[in-house]
Amino acid sequence: MDLDLSAPHSTGTTIIGVTYNGGVVLGADSRTSTGMYVANRASDKITELTDNVYVCRSGSAADTQVISDYVRYFLHQHTIQLGQPATVKVAANLVRLLSYQNKNMLQAGVIVGGWDKYEGGQIYSVPLGGTILRQPFSIGGSGSSYLYGFFDQAWKEDMTHEEAEQLVVKAASLAMARDGASGGVVRTVTINAEGVTRKFYGGDTLPLWHDELEPTNSLLDLLSSSVPEPMST
Amino acid sequence: MSSIGTGYDLSVTTFSPDGRVFQIEYAAKAVDNSGTVIGIKCKDGIVLGVEKLISSKMMLAGSNRRIHSVHRHSGLAVAGLAADGRQIVARAKSEATNYEKTYGEPIPVKELADRVASYVHLCTLYWWLRPFGCGVILGGYDRDGPQLYMVEPSGISYRYFGAAMGKGRQAAKTEIEKLKLSEMTCREGVIEVAKIIYGVHDEAKDKAFELELSWVCDESNRQHQKVPDDLLNEAITAAKAALEEMDAD
Repeated sequence: MDLDLSAPHSTGTTIIGVTYNGGVVLGADSRTSTGMYVANRASDKITELTDNVYVCRSGSAADTQVISDYVRYFLHQHTIQLGQPATVKVAANLVRLLSYQNKNMLQAGVIVGGWDKYEGGQIYSVPLGGTILRQPFSIGGSGSSYLYGFFDQAWKEDMTHEEAEQLVVKAASLAMARDGASGGVVRTVTINAEGVTRKFYGGDTLPLWHDELEPTNSLLDLLSSSVPEPMST
Repeated sequence: MSSIGTGYDLSVTTFSPDGRVFQIEYAAKAVDNSGTVIGIKCKDGIVLGVEKLISSKMMLAGSNRRIHSVHRHSGLAVAGLAADGRQIVARAKSEATNYEKTYGEPIPVKELADRVASYVHLCTLYWWLRPFGCGVILGGYDRDGPQLYMVEPSGISYRYFGAAMGKGRQAAKTEIEKLKLSEMTCREGVIEVAKIIYGVHDEAKDKAFELELSWVCDESNRQHQKVPDDLLNEAITAAKAALEEMDAD
């Protein structure tokens, strides 16, 4: 079990994007790994592109950060030119153009989500090759493998905001329990007509699943109650 | 308001002492001498109409189109030098395609108008280019509803409820102002435009003309297209009847 500290930072990750009646909820775990080492246990994988469009990043951390920076820059100019906020579709398209045209060099799977006045809440999936696909909900990252069946059963159209938020948090925590490359805390971002709301769910607020142990105090505490005998010779 | 700008009118990069660029004003004259072009914004779409003066009896009807589709959702009607107009249409088409390739959605009409206006203006900035001798009326229907823009040879572009260029523009504007556009559908608008064009056509000065009409509205599924033949004929009949009524007075 060798710690390869020069391995590229990867957002091993679980990312989720879900539409609900009135907007979208984006969710992600917070683990950034360098090989086996957790480089950042509290990272923020949900990045702002514009006031009304955010992106969940998975794959190479560097690649997704650079793509986000470029798209933020292009969208800023586009907004000035247009005189009104950019649509989610445009943001997603710019992401996929970069992803597709540089597919040989990039490892980036992202979920673009946001709200605009024409189409309301929308989720666009842009996986590794640069496909763009609009979906009512989307999952990505290494942890998503464990969520396909879960969403098949738990997803429904036209949820309320509370239902959608709880679904995202539950799903993320399930994936984090099984996927070694996902973990830490759950962050969510809600985007709707009123604006953007960020929420944080620490480890102690997340439910425990099968075979996960309750947190307990260290057993060494039992020893410290009696004065330790000095060692003889 | 026309004056000879002797000495200050040889180049588009020369201002006159009273702050005018004469070459641009001369370019506008080319537009003023062409057949009338009208655009109106009805409550459910746009209607564009052109008085296409026929120079020769040998010309095939329907040829030498003055109204062009730039994109699925918008069309351009050209007044002035036709060849210059073709260039503007080509540029507009290319802008629309590039926008959609980059941004993944059809170009908003406002953006298209901005780009056409910038392009026309560009050609007024260099001495080795001449200004376009044509003006265009751009009508389109996008997510923000139907919109009508007019671009002049100077590069000025405004958004309008009703616009007219060419010989009969003054008379046409007066007629358009009488219409209640916000309550009119495009179907009714087509008839009105035909009446106006027939009305402003000068029988004495010009000979025959062909009426070209196009629309983009809810009825055409928000696609820019030639007005269907049956409606076109209906419009022409109504326009001719209206003329007779006027003459009968």
